[in-house]
Amino acid sequence: MPALPALMGRLLTTASWLTSPLAPDDYLGLIDPLLDARLPAGRVTAVRPQTPDATTLTLRPGRGWAGHRAGQYLAVGVEIDGVRHWRTYSLTSVPDRADGLLTITVKAAPGGRVSPRLAHRTPPGTVLRIGPAQGEFVLPDRLRDRILFVTAGSGITPAMGMIRTLVRGRTPPPDVLLLHSAPGADDSIFSDELHAAERRLTWLSYGEHHTRPHGRLTPDALVRLCPDWRERETWACGPAGLLDAMEDHWSGAGLRERLHVERFRLAPVAPPDPCAAPGGRALFTRTGTETAADASTPLLAVGESAGVPMPYGCRRGICFGCLVPLTYGRVRDLRTGEIHDGTGQLIQTCVSAAAGPVSLDA
Amino acid sequence: MTANPLAATDTEPGKEPRKELGEELGEELDRIRSEIIAARGADDARYIRTVIATQRGLEAGGRAALAVSLFPPAWAAGTAMLSVAKILENMELGHNILHGQWDWMGDPAIHSSTWEWDFLTPAEAWKHTHNHLHHTWTNVVDRDRDLGYVVFRMSADQPWYPRHLAQPLYNFVLAPLFEWGIALYDLEPETVASGSRSWRSFVTDLTGLLTKATRQIAKDYVLFPLLAGPSALPCLMGNLTANTARNLWSHTIIFCGHFPGDVQTFTEEHVEGETRGQWYLRQIQGSANIDGGGLFHVLSGNLGHQIEHHAFPDLPSNRYAEIAPRVRELCEKYDIPYVTGPLWRQYGSAWGRILRFAVPTPRRPA
Repeated sequence: MPALPALMGRLLTTASWLTSPLAPDDYLGLIDPLLDARLPAGRVTAVRPQTPDATTLTLRPGRGWAGHRAGQYLAVGVEIDGVRHWRTYSLTSVPDRADGLLTITVKAAPGGRVSPRLAHRTPPGTVLRIGPAQGEFVLPDRLRDRILFVTAGSGITPAMGMIRTLVRGRTPPPDVLLLHSAPGADDSIFSDELHAAERRLTWLSYGEHHTRPHGRLTPDALVRLCPDWRERETWACGPAGLLDAMEDHWSGAGLRERLHVERFRLAPVAPPDPCAAPGGRALFTRTGTETAADASTPLLAVGESAGVPMPYGCRRGICFGCLVPLTYGRVRDLRTGEIHDGTGQLIQTCVSAAAGPVSLDA
Repeated sequence: MTANPLAATDTEPGKEPRKELGEELGEELDRIRSEIIAARGADDARYIRTVIATQRGLEAGGRAALAVSLFPPAWAAGTAMLSVAKILENMELGHNILHGQWDWMGDPAIHSSTWEWDFLTPAEAWKHTHNHLHHTWTNVVDRDRDLGYVVFRMSADQPWYPRHLAQPLYNFVLAPLFEWGIALYDLEPETVASGSRSWRSFVTDLTGLLTKATRQIAKDYVLFPLLAGPSALPCLMGNLTANTARNLWSHTIIFCGHFPGDVQTFTEEHVEGETRGQWYLRQIQGSANIDGGGLFHVLSGNLGHQIEHHAFPDLPSNRYAEIAPRVRELCEKYDIPYVTGPLWRQYGSAWGRILRFAVPTPRRPA
């Protein structure tokens, strides 16, 4: 029934003249954050532990949610001590579920700031900001007869979204082999569900590789476990080492286009003493300029001396006229020593210097 | 500090041993700044969200009451609620969020780069003249356009022209129309006249202002009155009253923040090669506080703590009250004037300055 949302949309556009300069969403969001379509949110409706350190969160998305495809991920904004932190998680639920709910499975990273909070301290009822579904690691419309998934750790999450979608699909599914690597049986997320599905479904095979006794999963071991790997369209998600090795192996066989790889982008590792962080190279993505940036020169000056047209203002951290989004890396506030590393975070370039390699949207 | 701010005049800036004092003071103020930055957290986030919810609630309530404002008590209640909502929106929310005070939360809904306010001037234009020009060059003659807003003479460092004789009249007219004054001021028309800015850039800014102003005016003076049907006229009068009340209030608070008698002005030579410590010192010497209770400070956007705001324009406004005694203590320690007083006295003193410099006074030797 698309007529109703369309009418609703027109009404809200008209109403924006009455709420100007705010939008009706700003008022709706005060009644319930889920009504705010401009800043989409989701409410946690269920929390289910999967392994000692992984938890599945079920979310009811609000008005702003536009749906997803199996295998995609979404950004989740979690507020900790008043500050919103964004992380991305793969969607493990089937797209367009009848109840409209989404699931993500979060593995608590040791020493992490966001994932332990989500995995262990997020009661039902919590409202989380969510971003739109993203990513090209998805099932194509036309499937091959045979599919291989190779996953490790929480890399199983996007594959799980795809497998559940195949299970629910109307068309007869292809032959699917999922090889999953985890430290041991206890750490293997979705293990029970996958074993049960394997018993029930003729087209699904599931194999677990345990690294604690057997070491890391290598392409040689993969080939042994899946002799017909050349005939299979393959999706792989896991640590960079495994993915690099697989890319080499598939390329060597001239089958690189049969391999789809998803890399979870990890935040750069913090140096032990942030104040001692060395400078690095700075990339200004819009202009494509790359230049050296030391640890004590403000990025505004670095950009300007390289000929980048940078937004500027007071040049002393007062006016916030020089805000530029950080697209990669970490910067240090020269006044406080504070480190900022949030991708997409707006930084004051006049008082921030590179702490390692950085890229800025300027 | 001082007994009679009306009697005081600009002190000679050259006489203070600025250098040594500046650096020590700067380090102490930097310490306060980092303490607050480290302490910002969930309570501060809750504070700003509470103010936002309160403001929107008052605005919605005020609009609803004015929709039936043929009934006089509804008019009174609606106008009062809308006035307070507009004051909160302008002062504690707009001014402070546009300063980037809440950017640290990483919430795109409460961020200097996305916030727009119920004021004729578009946020972008205002951030340039206010955050950049005024806050960088506080009270520096010829650099800080807020010092007299181009039309007033507020310092002996400014030349006198016969038009300044009428400045008490300008101020009288400006107060109820403050947002119009600021809108014109933020266009910086004099920079086009002097040739330092292109016509094209002026026209771009003018278009931005007209687009914004059309929506704001249509809302208060056309759409809501039309929706009020038989209550159209009282609704329109209520909206006009609320906007005027907000204008009078923000004009009052802003004029009390820099123009009471003891507040110093500076020359360009004075700020040449200024260090961070000296910058702090100038912010303190160039600002004036207003004494008052908690509610007064919220309604004034915490600009009753103008000195603290100028020293730390990007710290969350709800923290100024706790910093104020420490800043004042430092001022006593280093024998720096800390200009503060009740609203009536600061207001009278600001008017005193407008009157005093309306007539020719001897220019201070540079």
